[in-house]
Amino acid sequence: MPQAAQTARAAGAPRSSGLSLLGSELKVLFGRRRTWALLLALAAIPVLIAVAVKVSSAVPPGRGPAFLDRITQNGLFVAFTAMLVSVPLFMPLAVGVVAGDTIAGEASLGTLRYLLVAPAGRVRLLLVKYAGALAFCIVAPLTVGLAGAAIGAALFPVGPVTLLSGGVVQPAEAALRIVLIAAYLAVSLAGLSAIGLFLSTLTVVPVGAMAATVVVSVVTEVADQLPQLDWLHPWLFSHYWLGFGDLLRQPVAWDSFASNALLQAGYMAVFGALAYGRFVTKDILS
Amino acid sequence: MAGGLAIETRGLSKHFGQQAAVDRVDLAVPHGTVFGFLGPNGSGKTTTIRMLLGLAAPSAGTVNLLGQEMPDKLHDVLPRVGALVEGPAFYPFLSGAANLHRLDSASPHTVPATRKARVQQALERVGLEHAAGKRVHAYSLGMKQRLGIANALLSPRDLLVLDEPTNGLDPQGTREVRNLVRSLAHQGTTVFVSSHLLAEVDQMCTHAAVMSVGKLVAQGPLAELRQAGSMRLRLVTPDAGAARQVLAGLGLVPGPGQSEPRAQPDGETVVAVLHTGTRRPSVLPEDVVAHLVQAGVRVRGFAVERESLEDRFVALTGEGFDVAQ
Repeated sequence: MPQAAQTARAAGAPRSSGLSLLGSELKVLFGRRRTWALLLALAAIPVLIAVAVKVSSAVPPGRGPAFLDRITQNGLFVAFTAMLVSVPLFMPLAVGVVAGDTIAGEASLGTLRYLLVAPAGRVRLLLVKYAGALAFCIVAPLTVGLAGAAIGAALFPVGPVTLLSGGVVQPAEAALRIVLIAAYLAVSLAGLSAIGLFLSTLTVVPVGAMAATVVVSVVTEVADQLPQLDWLHPWLFSHYWLGFGDLLRQPVAWDSFASNALLQAGYMAVFGALAYGRFVTKDILS
Repeated sequence: MAGGLAIETRGLSKHFGQQAAVDRVDLAVPHGTVFGFLGPNGSGKTTTIRMLLGLAAPSAGTVNLLGQEMPDKLHDVLPRVGALVEGPAFYPFLSGAANLHRLDSASPHTVPATRKARVQQALERVGLEHAAGKRVHAYSLGMKQRLGIANALLSPRDLLVLDEPTNGLDPQGTREVRNLVRSLAHQGTTVFVSSHLLAEVDQMCTHAAVMSVGKLVAQGPLAELRQAGSMRLRLVTPDAGAARQVLAGLGLVPGPGQSEPRAQPDGETVVAVLHTGTRRPSVLPEDVVAHLVQAGVRVRGFAVERESLEDRFVALTGEGFDVAQ
């Protein structure tokens, strides 16, 4: 019996490292227009803030989001303001779209069956999909921060930044703090991504999974505001989202970073396990 | 494994709620055959294929692919299997070539170094090399179908599972697919083709199986399946009454022709089934004529008709547009 495929493999051609799929996933994710549109929309937030501050008269201190009144003196504050403003809604919205699309998007296109028949392996595919969503969680806050720094530098003077603790750091150090905050936000969004991944294994309608992820995020944030649910607050994945102020102290206070990372790791474990349990046994009928 | 089966299922079943979409199917697809998997829409073909490829878990029964149990050995078996399942599916925002790159990189068993060449080769094989850089969004259904087949051919395969491969193709494309399947089979690849088009199976397959309402109602070499049909004789005579008596005397059950008006100016049509299945006919057609002539029955026309595969198909699966429930 001619076993072409078997002999071809027996000939000992080098196998791929298995990272090909991750490379392909990142290429598809960051190559598609939708991802660019999301990132552009996020980048528009600091631009909008900077332009609004520039054309309006001086902002009275204590009005509007934190840092807003400092922008005219120092353009780097555009980045801090924009990141702060985008955390409650815009970030979860963008992450919800990407994480909700992970499995359901492939299922609705029908490509899921071809990936699995390739065979990609269900666990491997799930891990790669989550890795892709995490990559977006890293890129999204970074986009806001860097766009903010850029537009701020273009429209306003840039100088030493006065931190929340009262100390003063040079612009280069301040830029580093912007990256640090972006990393904090990336970690913050990891838990929500895991929830999105799980929801995405439940349906073949990507919009459903996206909307559900965003709704979960909004409900959680509302719950975090209710004093009646005090006992629940430390367990909500959004609890530390706005806690990155600690990174603007001298020296940097890492407490909330650590608590946040631990909490997000817990969400990743729980919803990762749920997604695994669901996806590995799922009948792919789309 | 020589002489073994490329696909073997035992008692394969899939229930959706109360309904059995696939009911105790025992498929046996020998190595090196072009195996037609026939059945009307909704007869359980695609569900069976999904279970063969490990996309859906069987409710009961086992699947053995290329000598290995599925889905336990999925990672050993599937790299040797090319598949087109329930129509092509691609990323519309990627080009044809980029889609193939993506699906090829999905398997950890493929060699990245040869990927570009293999994609190019697969595209050429289905005649899509000129549309390789075009977004799939702009592809016609026929082009997507070709791209789907190209995806199945990205690596050398021992088994191809093609679900409705000629769906959406023009006659020219259909013929190309047929030739492609033949040439693959010639190289020793087992090809499992599902179809609801009989003519297609008739033209390219060596073996076939017929599904009806989730059950496997027939399978075997195509020649055997054809013979399993009945043989009828059709007689046109002005002496219909006498003819019926003679036929009845020979142990046949004569009836009137189904489609013709009963009384024609040049005589009446009488139809009788000579034999069904693989049993030898109890009486040979030439002896029937001799008996008719002996009895003084005037014969205007006499014909022996073998059932076409289509008649068989309809007989096995029922007629009309009713989608099997």
